[in-house]
Amino acid sequence: MAYLDHAATTPMHPLAVAAMTEALSTLGNASSLHTSGRRARRAVEEAREDIADALGARPSEVIFTAGGTESDNLAVKGIYWARERPRVLASTVEHHAVLDAVQWLGEDAVGWLEVDGHGRVQPWTLAEDLDTASDHEAIGLVTIMWANNEVGTINPIRELAEVAAAHGVPLHTDAVQAVGSVPVDFAESGASALTLTGHKLGGPYGVGALLLKRDVKCTPLLHGGGQERDVHSGTLNVPAIVGFAAAVRASVEDDSARVRALRDELVAAVKRAVPDAVLNGDPVDRLPGNAHFTFPGCEGDSLLMLLDAKGIECSTGSACTAGVAQPSHVLLAMGLEPAAARGSLRFSLGHTSTSEDVAALAEAIGPAVERARNAGIAGMRRSGSTVRM
Amino acid sequence: MRVLAAMSGGVDSAVAAARAVEAGHEVVGVHLALSAKPGTLRTGARGCCTVEDAHDARRAADVLGIPFYVWDFAERFTEDVIEDFVAEYAAGRTPNPCLRCNEKIKFEALLDKAIALGFDAVCTGHYAQLSTVDGRPELRRAVDEGKDQSYVLASLTEDQLAHAMFPLGDTVKEQVRAEAATRGLAVAAKPDSHDICFIPDGDTRSFLTDKLGEQAGLLVDDETGAVLGRHTGVHGFTVGQRHGLGIDAPAPDGRPRYVLALEPVSGTVRVGSAAKLDVTAIDAARPVVHVDWDGLVECTAQVRAHGGTASAVAEVVDGTVRVTLREPLRGVAPGQAVVLYRDDVVLASATITGTR
Repeated sequence: MAYLDHAATTPMHPLAVAAMTEALSTLGNASSLHTSGRRARRAVEEAREDIADALGARPSEVIFTAGGTESDNLAVKGIYWARERPRVLASTVEHHAVLDAVQWLGEDAVGWLEVDGHGRVQPWTLAEDLDTASDHEAIGLVTIMWANNEVGTINPIRELAEVAAAHGVPLHTDAVQAVGSVPVDFAESGASALTLTGHKLGGPYGVGALLLKRDVKCTPLLHGGGQERDVHSGTLNVPAIVGFAAAVRASVEDDSARVRALRDELVAAVKRAVPDAVLNGDPVDRLPGNAHFTFPGCEGDSLLMLLDAKGIECSTGSACTAGVAQPSHVLLAMGLEPAAARGSLRFSLGHTSTSEDVAALAEAIGPAVERARNAGIAGMRRSGSTVRM
Repeated sequence: MRVLAAMSGGVDSAVAAARAVEAGHEVVGVHLALSAKPGTLRTGARGCCTVEDAHDARRAADVLGIPFYVWDFAERFTEDVIEDFVAEYAAGRTPNPCLRCNEKIKFEALLDKAIALGFDAVCTGHYAQLSTVDGRPELRRAVDEGKDQSYVLASLTEDQLAHAMFPLGDTVKEQVRAEAATRGLAVAAKPDSHDICFIPDGDTRSFLTDKLGEQAGLLVDDETGAVLGRHTGVHGFTVGQRHGLGIDAPAPDGRPRYVLALEPVSGTVRVGSAAKLDVTAIDAARPVVHVDWDGLVECTAQVRAHGGTASAVAEVVDGTVRVTLREPLRGVAPGQAVVLYRDDVVLASATITGTR
């Protein structure tokens, strides 16, 4: 089997499995005052320090959550509410965890930041939008992802945060795909809040963090024990946090050059097999494990099925509740036609990827595209063309 | 064979897929998403039924250990089935959307895609028997007469049937449910679906009024020409309909009145006594002939999905089927199919254009 969907989730790092397994059999609520409680608390605080250290943050800036979606919701809604300004600026290519959260705040509460053809928000776009915002539409928060989960394009977060700061607006960045893949330094980035999650970087599911600057007010979504700086409540998930920290450490130390070289090999192989395949996103400044293509004349779901049958696992974009691949909002925002958007696939590599995975895809992609093209033509046959009798 | 099993999320298609697996075929399950697209916001999800049905189909595929995908045919379904349904009613005819869906979606859009992707056949949970006789597909009624769906499959061409698989034709529904339970399929006790799938509340008239608007017209006594009332659109009526005519005064003879004919251009709905619904001859167009014959053929004619059969004599003249009924049939609506059977074998299907 060739697993080329690391951006969806990636295998747990052995060090994370070991750390978490040990923690699973250790008793203790991190809020308890006795010996077991103190032991659990120590494990959590060491994990917090490890994560802070790996990402250029202070330990008190690390707020543990249940994952990326919760961190994004907490940042977007919490900072918006605390700031009491009428609007949030969000890029059009955000993950649904941000997109749907800002939309939920209300149509009038959102301003959309356009992206270029690679899916990138340019600093001057943000500057222009912030400059032209009138008082009654004052911006309380800017939210722009560090790297796009579909096409892999990396945003100039430092420059964007500078622009936002010059206007006195905090910037939140969803760095779920970036942490562990590209260097992320929270302090240096200038961001006020940053989302990361365990299972995308070799940690367990159901745990993540929001890095939140100490001076940024954030209204909690969940009320209760106030365990995490009074911004987040709920008994700390000690084993998951321990595994998460081990994975952050391992992924940050991991050499991304190996994955990048494999990815370049994959892109070259696909282009050889399917010369008219189009690589989407920035050709250079992108996540090292990401390769995203449009295969003209194909439907992504046909290709996915054909590759799946050959043991090659990839993605058509973000999945929908009913399992139907709608044309990706990211690709549409980048200016692709709906047909091209439907005919796109993401291959994403990670820490367990090998050149055998790439070779398997290189062998299968040509015939699969040919077959999917025929199916695409069959699909275009209109009603009334069938001859009867 | 490589078989694509269309899995609706119901018990029939799940057992059909199971039987295809058991017969040694390489089976892939596909659920067709047919309901209109949600808005640009993904938060406005599809109707809950569709999501739930997709889930049930997925769980059945899990139990069978076959790959499973959801394919989006909403656009094709809207164009080829829903829009056709509305247009047919607007033209004063009574369409059969299930028949149309088999013709255009399951055994055209889906089958074409399946063949192009390397499959040999599409398998469904329809109740009908299909075999090959002298190199030609032979379609027969299901063993379970109450469930028989050969009527809505009879308009499939020879080529479409050659790539179809109906594993349930030899089994009665109760046994299919029992088999589902034995196989550990959670849908074993799921209720049957009866209504038109894209009108979940079953209110066809208001669905059509939404699409077509109100088009006022007169209810006229077929015999006397007297105006009996007004209505808001011929699309609210079907030949043979008795209830909901909106006529205040009873008929002079005190007997119930029925819709006899629809005239969409003038907006006239003709009503009259039950006896005038009797039809003894049917003309039908666009025939699909499965068993050739010369001249006249003795057969049984069926004019709607369930019931409505009469012994008849039929012939094909200039691409039109002329059916003479040996006993009268009531409520024969233009737009429905007339399917001809010899015993349980389907001879032909055609679309009813007129009656006498």
